[in-house]
Amino acid sequence: MSDIILEARDVGMRFGRFQALSKINASFRERELCAIIGPNGAGKSTFFNILSGALAPTTGRVLFRGEDVTALPQHAYARLGIAKSFQITNVFKQLSAHENVRVAVQMRTARFDFLRARSALPGVADQAQALLERVGLGPVARRTAADLAHGQQRALEIAMALACDPQLLLLDEPTAGMSPEETTVMMDLIARLAGERTVILVEHKMKLVMGICRRLIVLHHGELLAEGTPEDIRGNDEVRRVYLGQG
Amino acid sequence: MATLFHTIARHRVAAALLFLLVFPLLMPYDALAVNILVFGLYAVGFNLLFGYTGLLSFGHAAFLGVGGYVTGMTIVHAGLPWPLAVLAGVACAALVGVMIGFLAIRSRGIYFSMVTLALGQIVYYAFYKAERWTGGENGLRGVRVEPTTLAGLRIDFTNPTTKYYVILVFVVAALWLVSRILASPFGAVMEAIRENDRRAAACGYDVARSKLLVFVLSAGLCGLAGGLRAVHLSVVPIDSLHYLTSGQAVMMCLLGGMGTFFGPFVGAAVFLYLEDVVTNLTSHWMAVVGVIFMLFVLFFPRGIWGTLLHELRRRLREPQPAAAAAVGERMDAAAAPEVRP
Repeated sequence: MSDIILEARDVGMRFGRFQALSKINASFRERELCAIIGPNGAGKSTFFNILSGALAPTTGRVLFRGEDVTALPQHAYARLGIAKSFQITNVFKQLSAHENVRVAVQMRTARFDFLRARSALPGVADQAQALLERVGLGPVARRTAADLAHGQQRALEIAMALACDPQLLLLDEPTAGMSPEETTVMMDLIARLAGERTVILVEHKMKLVMGICRRLIVLHHGELLAEGTPEDIRGNDEVRRVYLGQG
Repeated sequence: MATLFHTIARHRVAAALLFLLVFPLLMPYDALAVNILVFGLYAVGFNLLFGYTGLLSFGHAAFLGVGGYVTGMTIVHAGLPWPLAVLAGVACAALVGVMIGFLAIRSRGIYFSMVTLALGQIVYYAFYKAERWTGGENGLRGVRVEPTTLAGLRIDFTNPTTKYYVILVFVVAALWLVSRILASPFGAVMEAIRENDRRAAACGYDVARSKLLVFVLSAGLCGLAGGLRAVHLSVVPIDSLHYLTSGQAVMMCLLGGMGTFFGPFVGAAVFLYLEDVVTNLTSHWMAVVGVIFMLFVLFFPRGIWGTLLHELRRRLREPQPAAAAAVGERMDAAAAPEVRP
């Protein structure tokens, strides 16, 4: 079996007359931690949304373990084992942190079950608590999500993404808006998660991912500018030019 | 105090039953009590969609009306016994729910509301024009409920007290079902969709199908309310399909407290009681009820029951559950177009 978990083939995206992405080819291996970086407007988020199933590309295909998943609806992704976190924090605000994760865990066993009691689902509540503890939210499990600090809400989102036990975890700027301390905690968490599953990270700040990623993909103006190890990227003149100035 | 609160919360259907058993004693006459039962159920069914799933339908009269008309027509034209006729009404309301829901869930926010309004009006005109079957403008008359004997009990609807308790059986059964749904895993999915449907989809929930299921459950419950209303009034007035009746569901929910179990029922009771009292004083009762309604939306957006619950929980230092956010806030969120990155 090949060890490619996700592959983008000739992926292109056009919004009206604006070509956001053109013919991107990229593949991601099992259990790797890979970052997609690039300056503002490079097409990172568009690419991320295509990989995670939120947008259908205008051209090209996305393959998950060799299967074409391009046309699948968003909810099918989580069931295949592809989970994501959003760039803008997206949690169930009025529900408790625990309930946020519990609903996400429940997806695996009960989706349209309206006659049993929630509490009758075996193990779901415990799994939710375990996931919260994993991301460091154990002590605030009963708090309403809206009352959590920004960094905690981001962590909560990771716990929700982990709930479907994904083989592939897609994170869109997981440290956006975080304090330096929160950022360190989050990057540690991501590095730990990567040991057991593939993590693809979209990040604006190059410095942040250099330390933990083995491989980087650089986008610029909707095109794949460079790809390689942090050393390769650091030594790449084009990347340097793009990041240092004229854009 | 806290224990009492928890006991009631845990056995909310039993609490409702106990209260409703003595409720007619609080009302000036039994017909009003029956009306409140029926519209309470209608508002509870509507709340499943509005308060718990965050979908504001302006067309729910269609389900009350279809439930009522089908019950009435199967009694008048086919001579079906009334319990079967009510069942037929529920089934048809749910079926219309499938059709309207299927079309409406394709849009979000205010567009969803407009689609339900338009489709509800289509149902109204269809029944209005089918005069031969529905009696058109005059409504369907002659929905006779013959006295029957069930397990040694004589059920005679000409006695208003008997009628109240028979209808109560149906209403409490429906409340029990709603309570089960809310406490079920699917109830959690409904709340998740209300809070954030994009996140719910990312979690792996088929949002469209889930919305459709709630829509149909809600339509069936409203259809039951309509069927019970038909056997209660022995006519089916055309206004049960009118959009003003759809608006009443919204008002009752907001007045009582959307997204709470008892809220819509309380809202229906207050609304109908006020209507009854004010109509005796002036024919412009809507003006009075309208002002009261606006005051509530402006100053007590949680509604009567919602505000009571909130205060009680605050005093008892209980965690506040996902209570309905301020109405304005929720509507803003619902009306906001989907953010496309």
